[in-house]
This record gives sequence, C-alpha cells and structure tokens, in this order.
Amino acid sequence: MTFLSLSHLEKSFGPTRVVKDFNLSVEQGEFISLLGPSGCGKTTVLRMVAGFETPTSGAIAIDGADMVRLRPNARNIGMVFQAYALFPNLTVAQNVGFGLKVKGTPAKEIAGRVEEMLDLIGLPDLGGRYPFQLSGGQQQRVALARALAPRPRVLLLDEPLSALDAKIRVSLRNEIRAIQRRLGITTIFVTHDQEEALSMSDRIVVMHQGVADQVGTPFEIYNTPATRFVAGFVGTLNTIEAEVKDGATGRVALAGTEVVLHRPMTGDRVTLGLRPEAVRLGQGSCELGLSGKITEVDFLGSVIRLRADLGGQSLAFDTFNAAHSVPPRVGETVVLGLNAADLMVIGA
Amino acid sequence: MKRAAAWAILLLGMAYFILPLLGMVEFSLSMKRGVYSLEAYRVVLADPRFRETFTFSVVMALLTIVVGMAIVVPTAFWVRLKMPGLRPYVEFVTLLPLVIPAIVIVFGYIRLYNTSSALPLTGTIFGTNLLLVFGYVTLSLPYMYRAVDTGLRTIDVATLTEAAQSLGAGWATILARVILPNVLVSVLSGAFVTFAIVMGEFTMAALLNRPAFGPYLQLMGANRAYEPFALATIAFVITWACMGLIQLVTRFSKHDKAAR
Repeated sequence: MTFLSLSHLEKSFGPTRVVKDFNLSVEQGEFISLLGPSGCGKTTVLRMVAGFETPTSGAIAIDGADMVRLRPNARNIGMVFQAYALFPNLTVAQNVGFGLKVKGTPAKEIAGRVEEMLDLIGLPDLGGRYPFQLSGGQQQRVALARALAPRPRVLLLDEPLSALDAKIRVSLRNEIRAIQRRLGITTIFVTHDQEEALSMSDRIVVMHQGVADQVGTPFEIYNTPATRFVAGFVGTLNTIEAEVKDGATGRVALAGTEVVLHRPMTGDRVTLGLRPEAVRLGQGSCELGLSGKITEVDFLGSVIRLRADLGGQSLAFDTFNAAHSVPPRVGETVVLGLNAADLMVIGA
Repeated sequence: MKRAAAWAILLLGMAYFILPLLGMVEFSLSMKRGVYSLEAYRVVLADPRFRETFTFSVVMALLTIVVGMAIVVPTAFWVRLKMPGLRPYVEFVTLLPLVIPAIVIVFGYIRLYNTSSALPLTGTIFGTNLLLVFGYVTLSLPYMYRAVDTGLRTIDVATLTEAAQSLGAGWATILARVILPNVLVSVLSGAFVTFAIVMGEFTMAALLNRPAFGPYLQLMGANRAYEPFALATIAFVITWACMGLIQLVTRFSKHDKAAR
C-alpha cells in the first residue's frame, strides 16, 4: 500500500515550470532516490514534500492524509541538508534533542533518546561538543541523528553527501543506508551522483527538465533505460547509429554486420546503446565480432578504458588490467566481441 | 624609517584624541585649589537630581534596547529570509535618523501626539515616556539594524530556519532559540551602542521635558564650573564601558568560533 503519494505535482516560479506533472508512489520503508542534473527539479520536489515550497497544483499525501495545506513544522518530516544546518549555538546533544524539546518531551525522555541516537550514529561520546568542533562527516551524522530523533514519518535527504570528501562520502552512504534499513523509515534522497543513487536506493526516479523520465530499480534504470536522457545520464553509454534492414524482426546493420534484435522498430535508422563493460576485446564466445581501430587507451589502474573506431563510429569499452598482458596500442586493429542482447534500442 | 614615521603618525593621532580628554579629567579634579581631589565628583554624586536623571536614563535605555530588539530582530530576519529584495529600502529607512535631525523628529512627534491629537501621548507622563522610548528606538535604528543584519549575514538564516521548521519549531521558537542566540553578540553590540546614545541624548528628552541625564548635563554645564567636567568624564566612562563590554561579549561567546 502506498505510504507517500505525490500526484500530478506541478511547480512554477514565475513563468518557469520547474516541476511538471510529477507522480510518485512510495511504499513504507522504501528508499527512493531522485536523481538528475542541476536544475532538473529534484530539490524542488523534495522541498514541496517538506513544505518549504507550495505546489502550484497537485497533491501530496502521507498515509492518506493531505499534506499540502500543512505547515512544514506540522508535517513530522525529518530533513537532512547539504550544508548540515546544525545550530551553532547548541551542543551536539542539544541539537539532537531540539525537535523533542520543541514537542515538549520530558527532559529525561529527551536524554534517553539523544543517547540512543548518538549510539546509532556511532558518536556516543561527542554529545557535549559544539558543531564547530566536529568534522564534516561527524556534523552530517549529527544532522541525521537530529532529523531521526523526533521519529519522523518520512526522512528527506537533500544531497547530504555532496559537501564531504570522496572516502567519507562512500562510508557515510553505507551508514545512512544501514540506519535507514534498521529503522525502516521511508526515505527520499536527492542526489546528482548516479553512483550514490545506484548503490543506496530501492528505486530511483531519474528527473530531467522537471519530469520523471523513468522510475525503477537501480538494475532496471541501468540496464533498460527508458529514454535517451536516462541512458546517457546513468552510467557511461555508447550510442551507435544502425541501419534498419527489417523493422518487423528488428534486423539492423551495425558497422557492416547484420544483427537481429528481435524488437520491432520503425524508420530507416535506429540508435543503439551499449555499455562499455558489454564489449570484449576479441570475439571469444560472443555472438558478434566487429573489427575496429583503437583510437584511445586510458590506463585507470584496475581497468583500462579503450576507444575504438567502428566504421566512423566511436565505441568505448573496458578491459581489466592484467600484469602480463599488454593492452592494444593506438592505431592497432582489433576484434570487438558483443552480444545482441546487450544492445539497447534508445527511445526519444 | 617608514616604521618610525608610522609610529610618529600614530602617536600624533593618539595625542589628538587623548590630550583633550586628559585636560577634561585634570580640570574635573581641580575643584579644590592647589590639590587634585574628587570634590567635583562628590558634589555631582551627592546631587539627588544626578541620581534621578541617571536612573531615568538607564531605565529609558534598557526599555529602548528591549523595544528596539523586538522590532529590529524579527524585521531583519524576515527581510533576509522572505524579502531580500527589500533589503536596500529597509536599510535606507533605518539610516534616515542619521540625516534627519532629532529636533525634526521630536517636533514631528509633538505635532502628531499633542493633547489635541487623536493619540494624545504627550498628555500624560507615561505617554510622554513612551514617546521618548520610541524616539530613542528611532535614533538607535541605524546602529541596531546594522549590527543585527551583520550578525544575520554570518549565519545561513534560510537553512537554519528550515532545519528548525522540519523539527517542529514555529516562528517564535525559531527566533528565540535559533536566530537570536546566534546573533546575540551582534544584538548586544547594537544594544551597548544604543545604551551609550540614550545616556547622552539631549534634544528629545529636553523638548519632551523629561528628567533625563542629557538635559541634566546641559543644565550643570550652564551653571557650574567643575561639575560638568566630572559629569562629562562619567558619561565618557559609561560609553567606554559599553564599548569594552562589546569586546568582552564577543570574546567570551562560546560558539562564536563556529564554522558557519
């Protein structure tokens, strides 16, 4: 049963429509990521759920109750901000207990809950410190504890990892996900980082120009992108133009080789998508072997990213580094192996 | 060479400010012929009018600070949060008391709130005192608003407000528990400047005929020789004590080092 429902949500700032007919149903305990580039409307959707923006039209309901007319402080929704937003005048413990104090919770109960929350985020001894005495990662953990302390119905995370350095970002995202699973709290996470979205989410909403282009599990989003934008935005994708030979059976000519995709298609030409990891160096056991000339070799450590020219079309592909196997050189002609099943037909 | 010139200029500047003050203090100690004494201070402090006017001005100053804070803090907060486009206009309005003389303001008040007006505030002592407080609030606006606005600039008002709202706080709680404590140093700076201004203000108090410290200073200056210098020294010490308190509050603010 749907716990949080956003129906036909629209938001305009002046003449600009920032969010267009946005629909989303979230189950209780689900972790949903809103993924998209800057300005796609993902933060606006989150702020409408929090109550900081009023939708131009549409409905927001939590557990069947309409939220649109409720003030932000009456919604019981926890939020973690990119800039931490800890109150500088309060200690860590006072920050975590702030929401409970506002509610008029007895001091003894607050102390217990604060202790519980500080244990949860792994900072049990830092209750007496001020925010400026903490690192960025610690501050964001405290912000998470503060948001969770009043037991909110929904947790909103507005790019909480963006201000942190790479290593802490990875460890904290695992912690956030573990805490979310442990508490079973319905969570909406806004990010422009596809890796974060793919690794943390139950489902991802990919947003583009105010519209939800695709909603699906990380596996679906990555492997069967619904639009050209999703295909290009999530992961690295090669786009190859192919000539349609038989639209009914999906037979196409790709770099001089015919392939049957078993998908009906219209028109003379079709755009196909292919992930770099789906291409092999050498045909091996692959269905197809295409001849190409190496144009670029990037040694990235464990992986080598190569680029080859296939009859005027560029194709990037990856191969694992092997200490005793020298990668092909630029200008060398190689055979690239791929399977028809890995070719995606890219829509509009 | 450059260093010596810099020191010379600094010493010259200091002498320019300090010598008149030293002269004033020296004269205030010269009431008894041939010896330095605190006689002028004794006479002043023993004068019941001194205590009366000083107490009156202290009370007025404190009321001015409270009313000023109650008006300025929410206004500056709201302008910064919801109407940032209005900031230049609000700043302009708050700076007006610097260009409009106090005498113009007080005559305006007297005309608007005299006994034959719709709101005859000058008809009662309480009403006149109230008018005086509002007048002082107006005079202190440029300092109070600027101080509070500067304080608000050092914190992320919008995000802190939203964070507090998401935790269930209403506007009053946000102002009292989040915004005010974080701009307290700035508010106190404005408050101490206000205190110093009110303690020495003459025009409004004299024209509204209230027993304030400023008119008392003027009265003594017109009739006595040494006592006005003792009073001026006392007023000067009050002002500098206020400035010192601003420094002290800033230094001892626990969370002031916060990375905001």
